Amino acid sequence: MGVPARALDYADSFLPGVIPQEAELTAGVRIEPGKSYGFFTDTTLCIGCKACEVACKEWNALPADDLGLKGTSYDNTGSLSANTWRHVAFVEKISGDEGTRVTEMQPFQSNWLMMSDVCKHCHNAPCLEACPTGALFRTEFDTVVVQPDICNGCGYCVPACPFGVVDLSPDDGKAHKCTLCYDRLKGGLEPACAKSCPTDSIQFGEVPDLVERAKARVVDLHAKGARNAYLYGAPDTPGATGGLGHLNAFFLLTDRPEVYNLPTAPTRAANRVEPALTAGLVTMAGLALTAAAVFALAKAGPTGPGRNGEIR
Amino acid sequence: MPQWDLANADAILVMGSNMAENHPIAFRFVLQAKEKGATIIHADPRFTRTSALSDMHAPLRAGSDIAFLGGIIRHILENDLWFKNYVLGYTNISTIIDERFQDTSELDGLFSGWNEEKQTYQYESWQYKDMHVPASLAEHFVNTTESFSDCTKRLKKGPTPKDLTLQHPNCVYQILKRHYAAYTPEMVERTTGCPKETFLKVADALVRASGPDKTAAICYAVGWTHHSTGVQMIRAAAIIQLLLGNIGRPGGGILALRGHSSIQGSTDIPTLYNMLPGYLPQPHAFKPHGTLKDFFGVEETPTGWWSNFPKYMISLMKAWYGDNAVKENDWGYDFLPKIVGDHSQQPLTLAIRDGLVKGLFLLGQNPAVGASNSALVQRSLANLDWMVVRDFTETETASFWHKGRPVRDGELTPQNIKTEVFLMPGSLAGEKAGTFTNTHRLVQWHDKVVDGPGDSRSELWFIHHLGRRLKELYQDSADPKDKPIRSLTWNYPVKGEKEDPDVEAVLKEINGYTVADGKQISDPKYLQDDGSTACGCWIYCGVFPEEGHNQARSRRPDGPDGPGTHLGWGFAWPANRRTLYNRASADLQGKPWSEKKTLVWWNAEKGHWEGKDNVDFSQEKPPDYRPEWSQEPSGMDALGGDDPFIMIADGRGALYVPSGLKDGPLPTHYEPVESPVRNPLYGQQHNPAVKIWQRSDNPLHAPGDPRYPHALTTYRLTEHHSGGTPTRSVATTAELQPEGFCEIPPELAGELGIRTLDWVVLSTPRGDIETKAIVTERLQPFQLNGQSVFQIGLPWHFGWRGYATGDIANVLTAIVGDPNTSMHENKALTCGLRKGRLNRPAQGD
Amino acid sequence: MKTIRRRTFASRALNFVREWSLPRQAAGQSAYAEAAKSRYSTQLRPRLEEADTVGTNICPYCAVGCAQLVYAKNGRVIHVEGDPRSPINQGTLCPKGAATFGWLTSDQRMSQVLYRAPYSDRWEPKPLDWAMDRIAQLTKRTRDETFVRTLPNGMPVNHTLAIASLGGATLDNEENYAIKKLFSGGLGMVWIENQARV
Repeated sequence: MGVPARALDYADSFLPGVIPQEAELTAGVRIEPGKSYGFFTDTTLCIGCKACEVACKEWNALPADDLGLKGTSYDNTGSLSANTWRHVAFVEKISGDEGTRVTEMQPFQSNWLMMSDVCKHCHNAPCLEACPTGALFRTEFDTVVVQPDICNGCGYCVPACPFGVVDLSPDDGKAHKCTLCYDRLKGGLEPACAKSCPTDSIQFGEVPDLVERAKARVVDLHAKGARNAYLYGAPDTPGATGGLGHLNAFFLLTDRPEVYNLPTAPTRAANRVEPALTAGLVTMAGLALTAAAVFALAKAGPTGPGRNGEIR
Repeated sequence: MPQWDLANADAILVMGSNMAENHPIAFRFVLQAKEKGATIIHADPRFTRTSALSDMHAPLRAGSDIAFLGGIIRHILENDLWFKNYVLGYTNISTIIDERFQDTSELDGLFSGWNEEKQTYQYESWQYKDMHVPASLAEHFVNTTESFSDCTKRLKKGPTPKDLTLQHPNCVYQILKRHYAAYTPEMVERTTGCPKETFLKVADALVRASGPDKTAAICYAVGWTHHSTGVQMIRAAAIIQLLLGNIGRPGGGILALRGHSSIQGSTDIPTLYNMLPGYLPQPHAFKPHGTLKDFFGVEETPTGWWSNFPKYMISLMKAWYGDNAVKENDWGYDFLPKIVGDHSQQPLTLAIRDGLVKGLFLLGQNPAVGASNSALVQRSLANLDWMVVRDFTETETASFWHKGRPVRDGELTPQNIKTEVFLMPGSLAGEKAGTFTNTHRLVQWHDKVVDGPGDSRSELWFIHHLGRRLKELYQDSADPKDKPIRSLTWNYPVKGEKEDPDVEAVLKEINGYTVADGKQISDPKYLQDDGSTACGCWIYCGVFPEEGHNQARSRRPDGPDGPGTHLGWGFAWPANRRTLYNRASADLQGKPWSEKKTLVWWNAEKGHWEGKDNVDFSQEKPPDYRPEWSQEPSGMDALGGDDPFIMIADGRGALYVPSGLKDGPLPTHYEPVESPVRNPLYGQQHNPAVKIWQRSDNPLHAPGDPRYPHALTTYRLTEHHSGGTPTRSVATTAELQPEGFCEIPPELAGELGIRTLDWVVLSTPRGDIETKAIVTERLQPFQLNGQSVFQIGLPWHFGWRGYATGDIANVLTAIVGDPNTSMHENKALTCGLRKGRLNRPAQGD
Repeated sequence: MKTIRRRTFASRALNFVREWSLPRQAAGQSAYAEAAKSRYSTQLRPRLEEADTVGTNICPYCAVGCAQLVYAKNGRVIHVEGDPRSPINQGTLCPKGAATFGWLTSDQRMSQVLYRAPYSDRWEPKPLDWAMDRIAQLTKRTRDETFVRTLPNGMPVNHTLAIASLGGATLDNEENYAIKKLFSGGLGMVWIENQARV
């Protein structure tokens, strides 16, 4: 198998800099503002190596949460959190229906299920709708990102997320979650987790393309004998429920969602609280504007997340 | 086979390897093959992340692999499923063996030639009828009563004795059939614990994916080598692949998945005791190696590629000793030290313990964690006068004198340890330039991008400046013993403030040059035995073929429409050939076996071989070339145009190996040295030729010892790297597997009342460790000959340093060795298990 | 430290107006999207773009041989990731390879020579040159005390059995070559081994 043709344009050992639109080489996609990007995580290709967790933490300079054997198969990070934006779940189902250990399995992943979970970047993102400060916003790549210079740590987004993704950091008190590598997308780079994924279980691309690819994959898997494969979070599939629309980060699963610790039918909490929230938001915005005006005049200088480059 | 070629396979058997976990990126190509419809099989003692992605998992007890593979060989032979044209044409299946040969099936587990007193074999009865074929390994010489060189010279007088009808009772085919007759599916089940239905499905899948239109691949790793029968496990795979016609062909072959970034390079250019660069033997005091003439007399192979041996040897000595290597002094042959026995790591531990070795350099290795019988290793270090540790952090080995197990147990204190220790910071990736050779012989250059921190330096810097100092210390010596160091060429240019040696200058010396004008040489075929060429490692000749052209640095892969051999990306030895023995990808007449499986072919019009790869054969030798025996041809002239296996003296793939192996010409199932069961196949319990160093500080137990009833296997996890020094020092990897643990099947855990995260104690005659339990169905009990045996799994990455810690697994393991390689047996031993903790003081940080 | 640019009142006011969300919303931008974009988000770029040197590395862990790109700025590595050109890994890396940057910058790394004298209970820092000289002297002393030229039967062996070296599988070919050449070809050491038998 060959590498993408454009790789041949860079034949030196030293390079002049970042390869422009590197994502074309690694994911076959050009990254441009105004389009919708996401992840298709195909669990049938996942080998549970956790390269995604490491690549994410190395790129985003996220610290280890706590060190300790958890006794939950090979999962020792436990869950998504403010410091863990990709998390690989492990589910052992080594025995077949007869209670004896399997020797023949369906093709691709089976019996020891591994799934790299991540923020779903919902089409109708409840976290974003719950955010009173505008810290959570929808980027030009149709992803949902917390802006650390705006977030005040109020925590409204945390219960709003139907997937338990958003978390307040014990270090800076602010909300943190996967940004779908917002900075990398601006530079034409594939998100760190998807780029590192050894088996392309995590695929990055334009959402419509990914959905098409994912549907074809399900058909192919069914033909190959993995009859229980289905999509979760793609348009009109489980996971894309409760007013969320579709999920920009969606999954191919082979068992019930709850087996992977995903909600069977996630709901948009905002459906219930929207009117009250809007009123609150208007008030909050007014106050914030006044405060911001005073603040901006009193204190100049760039603000940043204060997190990059920090190694703990 | 190149790793990417796995994508062309129709079936892949992963055995002796947990590929998805330990070589995740290589596993990409397994999944690419799967996408195209290949069957993926994992035969392994445990259900691992590799099994989860496979179509089949064949469970087998650790150490029983030859019984399983032997069963496949029997299945192929008994059901006549072998690839006739390939096997008859390209292997020694029809060769007739000496009439004195007796098989293990006749001698209850021994081959003929066993010398009970010396505990070794005499190899004469294993030879071809009236003809000796030297080993194709680094050490070609084997001891024979008749002069060895007289025996091997007969190879030039005519073809090897054959019976193409395969009826001769002593032809390889008949011997193979007799040898494996007992390896029935039922016997496989009794010995390995793998249900026979599962075994048969595996055998069937491999056979179905082989033939002219199809190829199957086998991937292995240290799950095969870490045994007292490790070499023979790999040999068994070679027999299967030869019988199925899967060697030298696209998508076929045997891929060794090796575990360190340049472990292949450090074998090719060996920091190993028994070889010189390029698989040339290190002269041995107890072999007829007294003079260079003697050495060539017994090590030169008259026929096949190895006939070039003197050219490579003399060119090496020219590279090392320059103008001091002249014809009159045998090119400096006496400067080379002779070995007197097994100087590998395990006997080294004992030699240090016994006070023979006074000084030790550790260059990026951490034996306190990585070596067998760790308590003995740690104790032995206190017997050294001095030790230099070069690493990026304080390893367990470096800290033995204040944190080691003997110190913790009160056996030693720093105040009574004499060892003078130097701990020196080493440079890491990106901080030095040089080449690594990967697991498929691909030599790839890496750049120096930044300086390492503070006083950290590369090993090349260390060795260069140490050598420079030593040459100064010895420069005025007239003592003949100092002649080698004084004669050594050691003038690599240095650059920069830190005086870094020029790495490309070293690579150019490895590549080779003409002595007269210092011009680099582009191909090993230009190397000479008259002192006119110098070459540090003949198989790397061509890596730097001309000034300004470092092929290891080349970054030109094939695009989407290219042949997919990526000849422009790096350099694969020898001569940038990507698939060894690829002449076998074409049929006897030189045409690809199938249009679906093309690699190289004979172009009759142009009179040469061509194709997607550089041919691993004489470029212009036609398929119908036959040696002119009346002329007593030597070298490549003695191999026909359809003898693809050019490193072997008769050009044939060796189903049966007459010389070079110390434990028999055919793989035979023996139990591990420490086994829970008796050998179901033979009275001979374990490998008769195994290296055993039984002594009070390295005790072993007898089979079936009730104190150690469980099978134990050790292994790596994807989240850590071998001894764990790097990955335990980095938070992002340490948190993924933060503590030592062992894996226990629920059936055994239930009996002992053990639950996940409980502390347990594992014990062997060498010592005991405490660790946490993970109870999992991924481990399973085996029914062996009516006896139920539990198996326990133990990752061995941990130690007392870094963020992820745990007891050292190698406290449990023993110093025993494969007779061919001296490799330990840490994949298969036995242990005791109890719930609870050790009553002991805390260790380490 | 960065120099802080003094800003005029006018430029601050201009910036404020430019970054203020409300006018942007009034102009039709979404309050959930463009209009909510902060200064941080506007200025964000991948830090790889700051690299002044980008070199090719080969992953230092297993033997698969994945290519990596090392990004450095002012002589310090700022990141390491997979090289998209490699026919082996095409930009991907396993968890170990993906942590190469973490290894290079690990707080467990040492940057000076530590020395433990015989019978001492502590490490002491030493200059590199001092250590090199001392090691050369010890090597020579041990070699000279233990060198064997011939066996009793006259067979020349020219070796010392008293000095050993372990390691090489993690090192470059050039380094292995130099080790074997100096230790075996120069000094006559025979205990030379690496991880290939581990």
